Amino acid sequence: MRFTEEHEWLVLDGDVVTVGITEFAVEQLGDIVFVELPETDAVVDAADDVAVVESVKAASDVYAPATGTIVEVNQAIVDNPALVNDDPLGEGWFFKLRLAVPADYEGFLDEEEYRGLIN
Amino acid sequence: MVPFAGYEMPVQYRDGIISEHLHTRTAASLFDVSHMGQILVAANSGNPADAALALERVAPIDILGLNGGRQRYGLFTDTNGGILDDFMVARQGAQFLIVANASRKTEDVELLATEIGGRCGLELLEDRALIAIQGPSSGNALEEVFPGVTELCFMETREFKMNGSPVWISCSGYTGEDGFEISVQAADSERLFVRLLEQEGVMPAGLGARDSLRLEAGLCLYGNDIDDSTSPVEAALGWMVPAVRRRGGQRMGGFPGDARILSEIEMGAPRRRVGIRPEGRAPMRRGTVLHADRDGGKPIGEVTSGGYGPTVGGPVSMGYVGSGHGNAGATAYGEVRGRMLEASFRPLPFVGHRYIRQGGARREVH
Repeated sequence: MRFTEEHEWLVLDGDVVTVGITEFAVEQLGDIVFVELPETDAVVDAADDVAVVESVKAASDVYAPATGTIVEVNQAIVDNPALVNDDPLGEGWFFKLRLAVPADYEGFLDEEEYRGLIN
Repeated sequence: MVPFAGYEMPVQYRDGIISEHLHTRTAASLFDVSHMGQILVAANSGNPADAALALERVAPIDILGLNGGRQRYGLFTDTNGGILDDFMVARQGAQFLIVANASRKTEDVELLATEIGGRCGLELLEDRALIAIQGPSSGNALEEVFPGVTELCFMETREFKMNGSPVWISCSGYTGEDGFEISVQAADSERLFVRLLEQEGVMPAGLGARDSLRLEAGLCLYGNDIDDSTSPVEAALGWMVPAVRRRGGQRMGGFPGDARILSEIEMGAPRRRVGIRPEGRAPMRRGTVLHADRDGGKPIGEVTSGGYGPTVGGPVSMGYVGSGHGNAGATAYGEVRGRMLEASFRPLPFVGHRYIRQGGARREVH
């Protein structure tokens, strides 16, 4: 698992990364009440805001961690946003992104680096 | 913890905002609202009528008619008819206790000093805390600590004692539920808070739940829904100006902005505060622009408070719309992240108030 400075997590399978938000992000947001996800097949650039997550406190953007194509989105968290609170690293994933440059994955933070960022 | 009007305030405790909100509606929650201003007003003459008439110079409500042990909601207005603050005023014998917003208490004391300071003594009570207990179980819990408190009905107040010091308890709150607000010596406040937490069904709740509860209850937040650019009638608070202060009343007008406010009571205001219920799950937050048509065009209004309503189970908002718009059931569109999302206007409150207005009614709740 890799991480971004925007508190997203990524898991690579082939050239596709599954993307979600970290436990730290969920803790900061509080109860999540609304999620908006990108369209499947959308072509996105790194740092584009591609999803929205709203908690009882505020609305936040979720960014594309890298350039690529959205190949799948998790409709379950749109129907039941609390799933993100309950299982942020599992059932609460946001979308799957086919990386334009698979080697981009190596550039993300590893767990130790991410822990250093939030502590 | 977040900074709020110079105080460090908890947004939520351990269980989170939704849990704290729902607990308040079904049991009882404890809120530390000690940041609010507590101001004592007493006439130099010692005659409570003199203090009441002085306060009526700065507020468009009936204070002379306020009996001992009773409390009322009020507003300070400015000469343009805007709202300078909203507050609760309770009569305690010959003196009046005003509970005002943290962000406005300094200005309120300055206003009172200027306008009525020649006739009345004023004291901002810095050594008192304010604790609110809200929800259907709050009477049972508070009765354990202050026997007799459940005899109070909505907007009644009474003095109790703790360690020999006066504790002022009113049956009121900011959630739409039955509940009480407790003014206590700061030195005793922590012990009281802990003792109340020990009572069955009582949990602490933070600023987040306080905001979603008051929003569902259709209650205004000063600085969001009301301020010096909104008049009482625009804010749908014209009801608090009683007949005796309206045109033809015995003490008609005589408060700042009276010409505009009395005219709007009779003729209506150019805009008014309404409830808005978004269709989907997306909240329409403060600043969301409202349109009559999906195609946009000239805006008809704007959201002043909006978020998720846990009891409603979806997003709720309130805001201002121009006259001719905002009829209950009518469709509106809120502009959220560049898209027009459908909503409908709703009467406020979203969740009905459950105040105890008659003696004995509280016992029947359970």
